[in-house]
Amino acid sequence: MIPLHVKSVTMRFGGLKALSSFSLSLAPGELVGLIGPNGAGKTTAFNAITGVYRPSEGEVVVAGEVVNGQRPHQICARGIARTFQNIRLFRELSALDNVRIACHAGARTGFFDALLLTGRHREEEARILERAERYLEVMGLSHRRGEIARNLPYGEQRRLEIARALATGPKVLCLDEPAAGMNAAEKLELMALIRDLRDRFGLAILVIEHDMRLVMGVSERVLVLDHGVTIAEGKPEAIRKDPKVIEAYLGDAYLEEKHIERPAGPGAHP
Amino acid sequence: MARARAVLRSVLPFLVGLPILLAVQALSPPDYTLILVNVGVNVILAVSLNVVNGFTGQFSLGHAGFMAVGAYTAAKITLAFSGVQLAFLPEAVSDQLVFALALGASMLTAAAAGFLVGMPSLRLRGDYLAIVTLGFGEIIRSLIENMKFLGQATGLSGLPPYTNIAWVGVSAIATVVMARRLAVSTQGRALFAIREDEVAAEAMGVDTTGYKVRAFVISSAYAGLAGGLIAHAILLTTPRMFTFVRSIEVVVMVVLGGLGSITGSVVAAVVLTVALEGLREFQQYRMVAYAAGLIVLMLLRPQGIFGTRELWDLAPFRRLPRPRPFGGRASTGPEGASPTAVRDDSTHGGRP
Repeated sequence: MIPLHVKSVTMRFGGLKALSSFSLSLAPGELVGLIGPNGAGKTTAFNAITGVYRPSEGEVVVAGEVVNGQRPHQICARGIARTFQNIRLFRELSALDNVRIACHAGARTGFFDALLLTGRHREEEARILERAERYLEVMGLSHRRGEIARNLPYGEQRRLEIARALATGPKVLCLDEPAAGMNAAEKLELMALIRDLRDRFGLAILVIEHDMRLVMGVSERVLVLDHGVTIAEGKPEAIRKDPKVIEAYLGDAYLEEKHIERPAGPGAHP
Repeated sequence: MARARAVLRSVLPFLVGLPILLAVQALSPPDYTLILVNVGVNVILAVSLNVVNGFTGQFSLGHAGFMAVGAYTAAKITLAFSGVQLAFLPEAVSDQLVFALALGASMLTAAAAGFLVGMPSLRLRGDYLAIVTLGFGEIIRSLIENMKFLGQATGLSGLPPYTNIAWVGVSAIATVVMARRLAVSTQGRALFAIREDEVAAEAMGVDTTGYKVRAFVISSAYAGLAGGLIAHAILLTTPRMFTFVRSIEVVVMVVLGGLGSITGSVVAAVVLTVALEGLREFQQYRMVAYAAGLIVLMLLRPQGIFGTRELWDLAPFRRLPRPRPFGGRASTGPEGASPTAVRDDSTHGGRP
């Protein structure tokens, strides 16, 4: 079963086409990078997948089911978890509570159980606590469990966001610029961590990243977006040499200077 | 064993509270009874509104409307049963039973009203939600004002004097217990998540609209309870008791005590109610002093007296679930064992 299949999704905002015919298929355990210059539509693609936006055209298929128009929490329950480009933790709550909230999605108890303190409720709380502790440990945050999220150092906030996403029990993890604002050493650590998560949980991971070295180092396949159009897709080595990608990132002046032939096709700009 | 402990924990607040309440009831001079009832009713209102405004972060201004629904429901029931004595029961017991039934019904109708109002309005946020709930509160009031069988503007009078300090106190304890249990449950944490970041909460699998409606319904139910109680304390219910000014009084208590703090709401409700009574002898200067006090407090402590914390959070020890070893045994084992283990450490650790 393919955990995530995006079939030529187009996103229009008024006259602006932020994403046109975006297609992507993720196999279980695959690590795919999504790159592109600022404003290329990477986050828009994420938002279309996770239900923040409803695609104008096309289909998002999660585990064999079309999820267009479902609310984000429903899509999350089907196994798609995400982090945010600008960290969106529950800032005033403890690290443990941040993760415990993400464990709540599968809770089988309701408000009445909580108010009447039923046995079921206490079992559920114990189960949630145990799960949350495990994910904090996986991300190396156990010592921060009682700390208010807003007070954590930046790198740990990023890690906490990943722990929170993992706690929803996903099959696909979407990381939106997980390395933003990290230094070189932290980025290396993050690369190792992303691979480790994939191996440990058998997750398919989709990473948006600006840092070329990180994305090339970690991904098995890379998609390149520019102005909402997928201009290239393939192995990192091939992407690195693709003139269309170089042009999108560095402009055609660079191509001329290096005597590389200008590309033609959907991604080229007049 | 665990079952028995849970039951004991459920009834403990009432076991402790009831004798104290009965003693207060027996000892307090009649002049003070109404003030104490007012204090209790305001505690119920503030704590229940805190579930929506504080826990969930949704600004509702319609609490008085749900109070009205509860007050009229309870009044209608007790009036219908007045003079009727339930079979085989002494009069006093029969009356109390009728009152309990009336209060239960007022919670249900207020909850239903909360559901009807909450469904459409909780899709809105912030100022818009405040305005819409304010509007709905006023709609409820003007509907009542125009219904013949509810007495229109003159309301319903001649209600039996059922409300006493014990009833109000038990209801207030029940409200606090409800809020506290919610605050430490996974459902309550989902509400906090909505307050902190609605987009992230939704992305982490919290059905934000559904949970907001649930919080609103629970909150409304307790507002209805408060309405039923106050109606049988002043022995009448009129639409004028439930204008939006009443809603705003409750919001002031919640904000003053600290949004999200249960003890804050309790303290603020008690202090403000007593202060307003205490200032009565200054007549027209009373409201000036009240308003000035509020302004000063908000300037000095904009997050409210307690912020989002509780009274016991200010103590040096923190209440957090204790860490358990990774991949530990079945959940009951370590949970049963670790608190005692920790307690043993702390008692024996300091000794030579």
